[in-house]
Amino acid sequence: MLCETWLNAFRRTPGAARLVEDIRRRTENRAPVRIMEICGTHTMAIAKAGLRELLAPGVELISGPGCPVCVTPAGDMDAALALSARPGVTLATYGDLLRVPGSVRGDTLLRRRAAGADVRTVYSAAGAVELARTNPDREVVFLGVGFETTAPGTAACVLDAAENGVANFSVFCLLKRTEPALRALLNAPDCGVDALLCPGHVAAVTGADAFGFLPREYGLPAVVAGFEAVDVLYAVWRLVRMVCDGTPALENEYTRLVTAGGNAAARTAGDKVFAPADSQWRGLGEIPNSGLALRKEYAPFDAAARYALPRQAGTEPPGCRCGQVIRGALRPDECPLFGKLCRPEDPVGPCMVSGEGACAAAWKYRPADA
Amino acid sequence: MDMITLDHGSGGLRTAQLIEEILVPAFGNAALNALGDGAVLPALEGPPVFSTDSFVVTPWKFPGGDIGKLAVCGTVNDLCMAGGKPLYLSLALILEEGLPMDDLRTVVDSIARTAKEAGVQIVTGDTKVVERDSADGLYINTAGIGVLRAPGLGRAALCPGDAVLISGSVGCHGAAVMMARGELPVEGDLRSDCRPLHDLSAAALAAGGVRILRDPTRGGVATTLNEFVEGGPLCIDLEEEAIPVDEPVAAACDLLGLDPLYAACEGRMLAVTAPESAEAVLSALRALPGGEGACRIGTVGDARPGRVVLHTPLGGSRILGKLTGAQLPRIC
Repeated sequence: MLCETWLNAFRRTPGAARLVEDIRRRTENRAPVRIMEICGTHTMAIAKAGLRELLAPGVELISGPGCPVCVTPAGDMDAALALSARPGVTLATYGDLLRVPGSVRGDTLLRRRAAGADVRTVYSAAGAVELARTNPDREVVFLGVGFETTAPGTAACVLDAAENGVANFSVFCLLKRTEPALRALLNAPDCGVDALLCPGHVAAVTGADAFGFLPREYGLPAVVAGFEAVDVLYAVWRLVRMVCDGTPALENEYTRLVTAGGNAAARTAGDKVFAPADSQWRGLGEIPNSGLALRKEYAPFDAAARYALPRQAGTEPPGCRCGQVIRGALRPDECPLFGKLCRPEDPVGPCMVSGEGACAAAWKYRPADA
Repeated sequence: MDMITLDHGSGGLRTAQLIEEILVPAFGNAALNALGDGAVLPALEGPPVFSTDSFVVTPWKFPGGDIGKLAVCGTVNDLCMAGGKPLYLSLALILEEGLPMDDLRTVVDSIARTAKEAGVQIVTGDTKVVERDSADGLYINTAGIGVLRAPGLGRAALCPGDAVLISGSVGCHGAAVMMARGELPVEGDLRSDCRPLHDLSAAALAAGGVRILRDPTRGGVATTLNEFVEGGPLCIDLEEEAIPVDEPVAAACDLLGLDPLYAACEGRMLAVTAPESAEAVLSALRALPGGEGACRIGTVGDARPGRVVLHTPLGGSRILGKLTGAQLPRIC
């Protein structure tokens, strides 16, 4: 079966043990190599395979701002919660956002739904447009979160709605751009990252070359990687070699999906509908041009304009250190709330909620000896 | 179209028609045919085992089964896992006004077929009808009585060194229901593992050395194994590589970010046995339909009390916790 060969080839390969051995040998007599992953799916893959513990102490794997749900500030969740309370509005969202609290602990879309709000889970923006088509008497608002990966799909749905007159559809656009956030993070004086594990899904759209600025401008090795355990392990091995040899470059490990130039058609759709805009990030604050907003031509589909939604930072829950976790400044288990007051069943901050959150990954896949 | 109306739940003529034309012919047996307020059953040859389960799965029909088959398997399997031989079931139907009569017939046929396969009789029942939009087609409750065959099963019987076995691949039911809901943007060969476990549990018990039996339904294998050891002095060490996951299930779970170890099974059995009995139990299971893929997935230990520890193929190990929140609602 195709599946069998495919999955197992990247999960269970005898070469993996040799990679681990070589990484250990190279990092033996030096300060730990600090590698940041900037994609939530990598965070999960690393935790699930137990790579962090396997490669310690020579390699320190740090989670960066790669979880779209986590970087969405409390204020945007407040706006979404308020929207869900409006008569006639159906909120369509990815499942991850259901449990993210706004500024008030426990105030989530899941609770609002239990109390009567019309909140539906969809697996794609297309699902939300379909919902609008089949419920013409409802105003369907899609919560558009994500990075460059989900932007084209969201754009395609706006184009579909515009062309076919689906007037009861709109997007609350919370989309973010990777590069400005990475630059903000790397420009911070306390950023001690040696190398970057770059997101394969984002690169499939932007092209691997979009991460060329990392070695060029910051002198940091960067590898675009896939999401199976062996993908990550192999990419880490390449990063460790570049760090140890002092030869920073951009490499693409995920060649079965990612090209240097990426998916031009997807980018064209995205550019047609969205334009860069300043955006608030949890943990990083406002970063110029780090978000995407609907262009004026598509204003009727912009929920923020349509419902005059306030865009404020909101209030972080007391004691929550998600901001530091998102910047990689704090390990999840260093947060005093981790596993005590803050657990997946009763989360305080978004990093414990999302399926791609650093804290959720660290808790769900906590090492046996922790 | 021939459909359920509120009259079918009135207790009057239509209710009687429903019972006499659809239900009794499908299930007919001496205890039921009397149509009394309750069934009078023969004395049991041992302590009774009693269990109940309700079924709200959506959609009601999925590859490999439907809500009727599930309603019989759910309660039959609970009785089997408690060490009982299942004998009798009650059947309560909550029907939504407008349910096509053909759908009801399909479900009733499925209940009758599965009950026959599992060797149980439907001996009493109830039917209610609710207004349109007050339910989702139909809901079912079954309760069951069996006779205790294997006393002393339970987590208190576990010992370090015991073998952890599973009767087949994990997560098929959860993935099949997901697919049937159209929540996967792909099509594939996913079938629910839904089946009665009377033969498999009887075979395991006959082979000897069984400490505990459980069917990993909601919360999947991970949650069930946690229930074996949580709060106690023992742990379970699982070998990730040994856990059978069908590739279509693995692929479907990957697409949706789900973990097959937390996906529901409705026809699989976890068994913990004495180490020396493991091979005999596995041979007995493999000789039966539905047990061909039986294998050993782990060992009971005492190094990390209360924990289930998963050892990954790359040499890492991590805690496998219980399911938190609903991975998928209305799966059974």
